[in-house]
Amino acid sequence: MAASMTASRSAATTEARWVRWLLTGLALTFIGLFLIVPLISVFFEALRQGWGLFAASFTDPDALSAIKLTLITAAIAVPLNLVFGVAAAWAIARFQFRGRSVLITLIGLPFAVSPVVAGLIYVLLFGAQGWFGPWLAEHDIKIIFAIPGIVLATVFVTFPFVARELIPLMEAQGSDEEQAALVLGASGWQTFWRVTLPNIKWGLLYGVILANARAMGEFGAVSVVSGHIRGMTNTIPLHVEILYNEYNFVGAFACASLLALLALVTLAVKSFIEWRSARLAEEDRRHATEE
Amino acid sequence: MAFKQASVLPGFNLSFGYTIFWLSLIVILPLTALVVKTTGLDWAHFWSTVSDPRVVATYKVTFGASLLAAVINLFTGLLVAWVLVRYPFPGKRLIDALVDLPFALPTAVAGIALATLYAPNGWIGQWFAAGTPLGNLFGPEGLPLAFQPIGIVIALTFVTLPFVVRTVQPVLADIEQELEEAASSLGATRWQIFRLVILPTLWPALLTGFSLAFARAIGEYGSVIFIAGNMPFKSEITPLMIISKLEQYDYLGATAIAVVMLVVSFALLLAINGLQWWSARRLGRRN
Repeated sequence: MAASMTASRSAATTEARWVRWLLTGLALTFIGLFLIVPLISVFFEALRQGWGLFAASFTDPDALSAIKLTLITAAIAVPLNLVFGVAAAWAIARFQFRGRSVLITLIGLPFAVSPVVAGLIYVLLFGAQGWFGPWLAEHDIKIIFAIPGIVLATVFVTFPFVARELIPLMEAQGSDEEQAALVLGASGWQTFWRVTLPNIKWGLLYGVILANARAMGEFGAVSVVSGHIRGMTNTIPLHVEILYNEYNFVGAFACASLLALLALVTLAVKSFIEWRSARLAEEDRRHATEE
Repeated sequence: MAFKQASVLPGFNLSFGYTIFWLSLIVILPLTALVVKTTGLDWAHFWSTVSDPRVVATYKVTFGASLLAAVINLFTGLLVAWVLVRYPFPGKRLIDALVDLPFALPTAVAGIALATLYAPNGWIGQWFAAGTPLGNLFGPEGLPLAFQPIGIVIALTFVTLPFVVRTVQPVLADIEQELEEAASSLGATRWQIFRLVILPTLWPALLTGFSLAFARAIGEYGSVIFIAGNMPFKSEITPLMIISKLEQYDYLGATAIAVVMLVVSFALLLAINGLQWWSARRLGRRN
């Protein structure tokens, strides 16, 4: 599609061949140096001393517990934000009410806050010196320097992902189909499960994989609330930091390569969803012109 | 006007109620705690914390490096978006997908990868080391990249790379070819068309991308601390100050600096919302 568009450009609306080549070359050099080389270097450094040491990095109990904690954190934080995102999108995209745009801005707030500040606010609430600190200590509940704090900080930094994806999508789709289902006698929940959800499932998946990538990779916010207790409260990114600071570069990059792999899978799924929705839009347009 | 317009759809109370509940619990209440905690500081203590020379030095480093990274991305972002929208080349779809890598790659991974690459013995750093032809251009000690303020700029350029590309790309793709044809038939050169026809349409998107990148760079922590070297007065960033205050159990000090960062973030958020509104209005008027 893009190629045919470029080909149809007349000489008057494109640049001389040498300019095109120069600009393409410059852009690719920049992308190569700034994106591709760092990505390759992660895998190169991880495998620098061979596959044996690489594999050994993952048999370390601390690494295994970091992997486990990362998976647990994402498994709690992502579904929580999924439910929130769907509820928020339903309220915001399907109803007109006062303060709607303020609500949208508030939902986007966590993206504007520095990750370190995001961690700090939970320390101020639940830490030993925090608002609820004395009460929590009395009841022997640990949130900061424990798993609940890590989950809370992760929920905060991934808060807007699903909602931000669904609100514009549901606004664009409109509510005609849902209204038709209701008129035909479907209940509210039936309408949601059988009409709304199938319509938004790809947008939902898009938001979820981005939230998941961030949840598994978050560093700043989690670092503040975790307390860095080895084998207990270290996620993979925190484990990477510890190994790196101990000059265990193979171990650090081996764990980092797991996260880089996750990033590549995320990008692949994301591109697939974008490609699919572009193709659907193209088909819709073709059907519209044929009729 | 009533609070909510009538609708045949059910579920407003449930979905709205849950949205407000979860938003309050996760975002509003903790942020309020931060602001309330600050009121516990007396003004003199607050001021002496946030105006401490070492902290002020971190503002300069953070703002300077963020500004520089955003400016670099303003130019390279426009270039990459331009090439992706207008020129065919093999592997274009792959490159297009890779542009989002900094959003998907955890910041700590980016941090250790960049620190290793730009270290004096790294793949890129070695070309600028002392005694090399390139390094000699910068003096007898070469051009150290990692563990210097310039390393912070490199890390921030990486993490904010997608913003300008992704805001400019759709606007550039929407520009009608007829406009350029008309300008060309009226005798404009390619450069004039770019400067007088294309660039004015791109300005709102460029500025939005620029401020998004700048805002993200201000708060960035994970990718920077590995490559920065973290030398007091030279290459410490403001988020690191919050961490180091926390490590000394100085919660009030950490809170004071966090409030400064929060105020800056909110100001930038307002500016970005304004820019997006302006940009939507400009595009709306054109169509």
